[in-house]
Amino acid sequence: MPDIPLPQSVPLAWYLILSAILFTLGVAGFLFRRNVITVFISIELMLNAVNLSFVTFSYKFKQVDGHIFSFFVMVVAAAEAAVGLAIILTIFKNRQTLEIDEVSSLKN
Amino acid sequence: MNFFIVSLIKSALVAFVLLTALAYIQWVERKVLAHIQLRIGPRRVGPHGLLQPLADVIKLLTKEDMLPSHVNKFFYFLAPFIAVMFALISIAVIPFGTEIKIGSFSTPMQLTDLNIGVLFVLGLSGVGVYGVALAGWASNNKYSLIGGLRSSAQMISYELPMAMAIVAPLLMLNSLSFRELVDGQGGFYFGFIPRWSVFQGPFPQIVSFLIFLIAAFAETNRVPFDLPEAENELVAGFHTEYGSMKFAAFFMAEYCNMVTVSCVGALLFLGGWQPLWPAEYGSQFVPTLIFAIAGLICLYHGFHPARPFDRFTLPVFGVVFLGIAAIFLVPIVATILLPLFWFLAKVSIILFVYIWIRGTLPRFRYDQLMNFAWTVLFPVAIVNLFVTALAVALTSK
Amino acid sequence: MEDAILFLLFAAIAVVCGINVVLQTHPISSALSLVGVMGALALIYLQLGGEFIAAAQLIVYAGAIMVLFVFVIMLLNAGKEQKLPRRLWVTYAGLPLLAIFIGIAAFVIHRMLPVTEGVKFGAMTHGNPQEIGRALFNIYLLPFEVTSVLILIAILGAVVLARKEIE
Repeated sequence: MPDIPLPQSVPLAWYLILSAILFTLGVAGFLFRRNVITVFISIELMLNAVNLSFVTFSYKFKQVDGHIFSFFVMVVAAAEAAVGLAIILTIFKNRQTLEIDEVSSLKN
Repeated sequence: MNFFIVSLIKSALVAFVLLTALAYIQWVERKVLAHIQLRIGPRRVGPHGLLQPLADVIKLLTKEDMLPSHVNKFFYFLAPFIAVMFALISIAVIPFGTEIKIGSFSTPMQLTDLNIGVLFVLGLSGVGVYGVALAGWASNNKYSLIGGLRSSAQMISYELPMAMAIVAPLLMLNSLSFRELVDGQGGFYFGFIPRWSVFQGPFPQIVSFLIFLIAAFAETNRVPFDLPEAENELVAGFHTEYGSMKFAAFFMAEYCNMVTVSCVGALLFLGGWQPLWPAEYGSQFVPTLIFAIAGLICLYHGFHPARPFDRFTLPVFGVVFLGIAAIFLVPIVATILLPLFWFLAKVSIILFVYIWIRGTLPRFRYDQLMNFAWTVLFPVAIVNLFVTALAVALTSK
Repeated sequence: MEDAILFLLFAAIAVVCGINVVLQTHPISSALSLVGVMGALALIYLQLGGEFIAAAQLIVYAGAIMVLFVFVIMLLNAGKEQKLPRRLWVTYAGLPLLAIFIGIAAFVIHRMLPVTEGVKFGAMTHGNPQEIGRALFNIYLLPFEVTSVLILIAILGAVVLARKEIE
């Protein structure tokens, strides 16, 4: 097996690239999936990618502020998940469907 | 390299002792429950039923591993795996004693001392909910689904008062690493009252300990909170469709959660391996005394046996106990074994309380259970945390 | 070099679970793959020195929020999603375009940050709970109190929205 030289310490750019990949996957899931719960899960994936960015830059400047921001993002994600899932439950109770294409009575 | 080899040996030892202890806690439970209910319990397999756990393990291993046709196969296999894995990993941060010093080699009696040890245990108990919820859902069976959802809702509801009851002594002891928490409970007031959390000023954590115990009973799905998995409600709840090794996995996960929670309670509230009274007044002779008395009782009953079989088995146990009592007198071994003895004694007392309550109390109905969590236990935990914080803030410099 | 191996391992787990989130048809597989992503990210936060954030990710995100998602999926009994018929060129041009986009983003990010500055496990010592507590209750006290009001509003909203109709 060829000797792949791994760096001594991990370059910071790799963490940001991972965050970009996860964010792109979240956007792809948000745009292309039709089940409303999967759309919601893709939003949570995007929030996780942003958290990783915050923590990475907090490492770069050796300050704790990035961790605090990440903590607040988690708290807001919790609040949003609670209310969003309650809305999804109400939609399911009234329309008996979980596909966002069919909840379109305000269109045209 | 030395660090890795030592850690590997320690992990193997802890895993072996833990798995054996899980099997024998079940033996203790069956015997104690039997005596509470005025019967004897297992006594046929081995002397006093001591080989009963081995018989149970052989039975569970050799039973036919059935896969019902209507289950969701991937999650059906994944659920007991998740439950057992996260229950067993929590033991990695529990310290069992001080250091083992043999010559120039010294290693702490703990697999790893994380400086966020308490958060680690809380996080793993949160992720362990998935095992139960997935087991209920994957079984594709309405009783399992209701049992699984009820059980996981109960577990996440009681996580909140448990976390608040854990935070209260952390305010006084000012650390999240288990070893520093126990070191902060060393020393004695007036020379003879130990500085455990339940006795420590400015606010003795007795209410926190009670809240922690009640929440721990609910977290581990034990009586009086075991409605989701009781056999005569809901057809055994979320593990209805599981047999042989997968059922054994859930069983093992439940007992391991019990052991973890008892260890955390002993470390946070009862002072870990700190003795009950100082060594000047002779607390290092307590284990010797206890084992010697146990050995003498066994020998006495061996000579006046209640059953003819006991003429052979009880004197053997008596000699073994006297041998253990003698080991505690050897000074080099005693410095390693004494903290271990105090820690295990406290954990055993909490486990005995678990079994005792199982034999004594009836179980709660589910709505009474959830009502209790949110309208009684949670406000009491908040008020307790507030009073502790006020006491610490007023008496600190 | 161990840092690089650990990072590549956890990053690979995170990306595979992320792809699984988007590609699986049943919502519960997506939810559990997201739990996998969160676990891998918690380990990456540990490597970046954010021990409190790693524990908070496990306790709050993976242990409470995702359990809520799993409950809702189980209660609503959401079935598998039907695959839409897609035009042929979309399928064959989509993935290479995605790879090119991520490649350009990676190149730009790599040029922005100096390679000499790397991440070593243990270099960041300010992520412990004491520092977070100090910052949270001194500088960021107002956002902290505001988020507690926000959570109260969210709880009230969820209870009102999800309650049974009283006939």
